Amino acid sequence: MTILETERLSIAFGGVRAVDAVNLSVPSGSVFSIIGPNGAGKTTLFNLISGVYAPNDGFVRLAGDDVTGLAPDRLARRGISRTFQNLQIFFRMTALANVMVGRHRHETTGVLSDLLHLPAVKRQNRATREAARIALARVGLDGEAERPAGSLAYGALKRLEIARALATEPRLLLLDEPAAGCNPVETEELDGIIRSIVKDGVTVVLVEHDMRLVMNISDRIHVLANGRTLAEGSAAEVRADPKVIEAYLGIHSSRDGARADH
Amino acid sequence: MRRLLESRFAIVAWAAAIALALPPIFPSGYYYRVGALVFIFALAAVGLNLLMGFAGQVSLGHAGFVGIGAYAVAIGPAHLGAPSWLCVPAGAALAGLVAFLVGRPILRLKGHYLAVATLGFGLLISIVLTNEAAWTGGPDGMSVRRLYVMSQAVSGSQTWYWISATTFCVGAALALNLIDSPSGRALRAIHDSETAARSLGVDVARKKLAVFVISAVYASVAGSYLALLNGHITPDAAGFLRSIELVAMVVLGGMGSIFGSLVGAAVLVVLPQTLTSFHDYEHMALGLIVMGCMIFLRQGIVPALAAALPGRRE
Repeated sequence: MTILETERLSIAFGGVRAVDAVNLSVPSGSVFSIIGPNGAGKTTLFNLISGVYAPNDGFVRLAGDDVTGLAPDRLARRGISRTFQNLQIFFRMTALANVMVGRHRHETTGVLSDLLHLPAVKRQNRATREAARIALARVGLDGEAERPAGSLAYGALKRLEIARALATEPRLLLLDEPAAGCNPVETEELDGIIRSIVKDGVTVVLVEHDMRLVMNISDRIHVLANGRTLAEGSAAEVRADPKVIEAYLGIHSSRDGARADH
Repeated sequence: MRRLLESRFAIVAWAAAIALALPPIFPSGYYYRVGALVFIFALAAVGLNLLMGFAGQVSLGHAGFVGIGAYAVAIGPAHLGAPSWLCVPAGAALAGLVAFLVGRPILRLKGHYLAVATLGFGLLISIVLTNEAAWTGGPDGMSVRRLYVMSQAVSGSQTWYWISATTFCVGAALALNLIDSPSGRALRAIHDSETAARSLGVDVARKKLAVFVISAVYASVAGSYLALLNGHITPDAAGFLRSIELVAMVVLGGMGSIFGSLVGAAVLVVLPQTLTSFHDYEHMALGLIVMGCMIFLRQGIVPALAAALPGRRE
């Protein structure tokens, strides 16, 4: 089954075609990676899929339903969740409270009952806290639950965003450069976290520069360059594709090259 | 100590204890009036704090809602024959409705743009109150009929001291309830990152509107009490300076600190009274004290002191 599909998806900013007629077809329960040189349009594509931008042309379909141009909160309630390349943490809240916000779409109490702190709100808070703790534990941050998010290390914040996105119980999880700025040990942990997420039946779409992670974990890889599709296939196919090697891997195949890119 | 300042019930208990502890040391009946004013402004400040300190949306026109509440208890009985007690909730409902209608378009704006739009709203209300002299008495204002509850006159600073203190405690409790709830978490999330809040399914526009309406209701009730306490009301109550004063109370006491709103209101209500002995330098002294607080206690008085106290550290 196809969980996410885009058709001729396009957006232009002041004449620059940031994403140009991109067709994606992401099979349910897989790890689907989007790679490409800086400025290829990967994050813009994410923003189109998650509703941050409305496309100029084309469609986005989630499990067959047309969701093109829906607002991010509506998409979140339909089961799309994401993390951000430049962190979007609730810095003034604790790590646990950050993840508790992720439970928002499962919370049912209204503003009036919230004001009165009715028993339903108490039960809701307890259930939310419980679920958030589980999500925190999945990324190994259960020990940091009560710490203000602002005091956590960069790598921990990256994982906190994943926990928060997981707390929404998404069908589709978009991870925007989760390994950026992580050391090899953290990247290794990330690999394990992503695998465990997929095992639970969540489809993961990954934008990532760390080629080792991408090649290890992806079922399919979609290569973008200048907003257009360059190639798509398994890790082996993409690695062997002369167009890809020329446009991307040729320059960045060494680890140092990939690092210098940032 | 830190925990005592932060837990929900403790904050309300502190406010109640302060309200009960003060009267025995009041040197004269006049102090009941000052105390009542503190709790009334603190109530409005708590509402504004929900909007500014928690949801992160600034309003420079909140005195407009104070004005709606104040003139509701003035105009209702005088022109419409409505009983005063009914005009308090009616004014609150009207303020909430106005906030709902005004909030929809202007809460889309951010930062400075929102500030200017709310400022415009505040000016609009005070201009209407000044110009509609047939209803409002114009710039001279109008007298406010006394409140009767079960044919018993509610008057006197002492009575209003207890009414405002009780209402403040209820208002603070409701605000603290909201903070520790799904809606409250969503609001705090909006403050830090609207993008992330949205990506987690938070209907940002709706949540902002809800807190704007709630804060307007707080301001309106405060306005009604102010009018009933004074027995007279002028458009100044809804003026720009009042709006700024409310913002100053929130910021001075501490953004996001409910107890801070009480402290901020106390400072800005009591200081001018005590500084009257300086005559000509009154406003200068007030300005310097407020500036000093912001320089040395940047997070606001209560959060800064709470952080300085020994106790639980994170």
